[in-house]
Amino acid sequence: MLNTDLNLAAPDDVYEALVALHRDLTPEQSRLVNAKLILLLANHVGDAEVLRQAMAKARAGIAPAGRDGTRPVTA
Amino acid sequence: MDGSAARQTDYQALVLDYVRSPDQDAARPVRHPVIVVGAGPVGLTAAIDLAQQGVPVVLLDEDDRLSTGSRAICFAKRTLEIWDRLGCGERMVETGVTWNLGKVFFRDEPVYSFNLLPEAGHRRPAFVNLQQYYAEGFLLERARALPHIDLRWKNRVTGLEAGPEGVALTIETPEGEYRLACDWLVAADGARSPIRKAMGLESRGQSFRDRFLIADIRLEAEAAAAFPTERWFWFDPPFHPNQSVLLHKQPDGVWRIDFQLGWEADPVAERQPERVIPRIQALLGREARFTLEWVSIYTFACLRMERFRHGRVLFAGDAAHGVSPFGARGANSGVQDAENLAWKLRLVLAGQAPETLLDSYDAERVLAADENILNSTRSTDFITPKNEASRAFRDATLALARDCGFARSLVNSGRLSLPSTYRDSPLNTPDTDTFAGPMVPGAPAADAPVRRGGEAGWFLAQLGGGFTGTYFSDGGALPPALLDALRSLALGPVPVQPLVVAPPGLPPAAMPGLTILEDSEGLLARRYDARPGSFYLLRPDQHVAGRWRHVAPALVQAALARAIGQDGGTAC
Repeated sequence: MLNTDLNLAAPDDVYEALVALHRDLTPEQSRLVNAKLILLLANHVGDAEVLRQAMAKARAGIAPAGRDGTRPVTA
Repeated sequence: MDGSAARQTDYQALVLDYVRSPDQDAARPVRHPVIVVGAGPVGLTAAIDLAQQGVPVVLLDEDDRLSTGSRAICFAKRTLEIWDRLGCGERMVETGVTWNLGKVFFRDEPVYSFNLLPEAGHRRPAFVNLQQYYAEGFLLERARALPHIDLRWKNRVTGLEAGPEGVALTIETPEGEYRLACDWLVAADGARSPIRKAMGLESRGQSFRDRFLIADIRLEAEAAAAFPTERWFWFDPPFHPNQSVLLHKQPDGVWRIDFQLGWEADPVAERQPERVIPRIQALLGREARFTLEWVSIYTFACLRMERFRHGRVLFAGDAAHGVSPFGARGANSGVQDAENLAWKLRLVLAGQAPETLLDSYDAERVLAADENILNSTRSTDFITPKNEASRAFRDATLALARDCGFARSLVNSGRLSLPSTYRDSPLNTPDTDTFAGPMVPGAPAADAPVRRGGEAGWFLAQLGGGFTGTYFSDGGALPPALLDALRSLALGPVPVQPLVVAPPGLPPAAMPGLTILEDSEGLLARRYDARPGSFYLLRPDQHVAGRWRHVAPALVQAALARAIGQDGGTAC
């Protein structure tokens, strides 16, 4: 079960560290760092159900306005 | 491993002559039990399997040539085992390049390697690489050696009427049209399947916005020595930045190089030698001496038909489903379609199983197609990221893979073809006893070394073409009641061939009417989690139908009835 209550002893320190991580990066570099961070944390968490709940929480309230490179095809 | 060019027929150059069939002069359309359309690897496999089981087959092909270019080159262990049963596996392996190892590089560093067959005690390797024209050539020669196959080249299906009682076909030949009829039609006529179109059916899925270049080159020996017989895959290598490259060995000193080009690449310009050769020189060095064998540009899609059985028409291979090439899941899954279908058609034609048995072809192979499409789509997402976020995850995985073990498991350059386990098939008899390991009902039978009459051999080679009942003994004499029960299995209308397995080192006593195998290294019992008394019922396609810790004839008969689609009853 995803814990959405405070679980950090020093929340401001952690938030600051997340922001500081990107201070001198381009958007593309930031995207790579964030991706690495997510993969490292996902593996550390390990519980696929918790990860799915976190993914759903992260997506909630965002109306899709993009599309990816795949296209439906009929043959 | 590479033979001289003179050793083999030049299968690419072979012209297969159109021969007029007496059917073309018949007053009324001649009716055949089975017509297979498409003499590619899937259609040939289906025709051979049926003919070997005694079913006469007409095999139609619109062309008079085998595959042009190497096309499908990776043939998986299970495919080789199927072709072993069909009498042509050995030639495939003799000519093919055997490999088990894959390596993945990110930029110029190795990040991950995998062994697809890490254990010994299997007759066949994880893969052989073999040009498709060799595979088709060997299948063709096997087909020609069988009395029940009527091969008709330059026979194009132009019209089709499928009804509840059979299928009527109009066929165009160099000498004009004629008509044929059949009880069952197997459509193995490829990704663009004219049969599918003629029936107004569709295959649906998703396409990927990327283009790839295949360059098959013949490489001189000193240059080839730098590359072992492994599958090498690069992400973002210095010689082809931002894209992927795959290098793979084939017979006759030919190497397959697969360059990712991106969606913007011009498919006409990119196949010109002046564009292809510099790409190859960037990989091999400017001094490397090679000749271009075959060049092709491709895009791909993952798609399938909603159902593979439409009354008396059964779709198989690319006609029924399509995947990306990363994973070798196209031709291999099509060959498995063919073998799944052949024994079911035979039993239905013989009146020994209801027509609804063919619905299990649909259920099992649609499930297999979905498994292949899932794996193929995941590999494609990794190789061809769909958007900036998926590109970031891909690059992050590759960067972490250098020093994080978990990330190496995420690197996906293709999850290579494995046979499906038909876990929820209606033909399975669910376990009532406790077993460990992967040999669950629906699983493809694992191979292991055995001895028969003192001769070393392989378990799968003992299985024949029908159902098999494998009894694991303690090596001692069997009680008379058990002997009778095992022998009686072979006497029904759908016979079950009994095999008795004895533990290693115990020379099994002869038992008239029963085949005795020594589990020479104890691997068979281990792989099947068998103990003395355990019994496995295997289908003609070598998938597990049911298993028990103690054999009881009534249970086996009920499982057999279930495996041939007769609900609840006993075998007729």
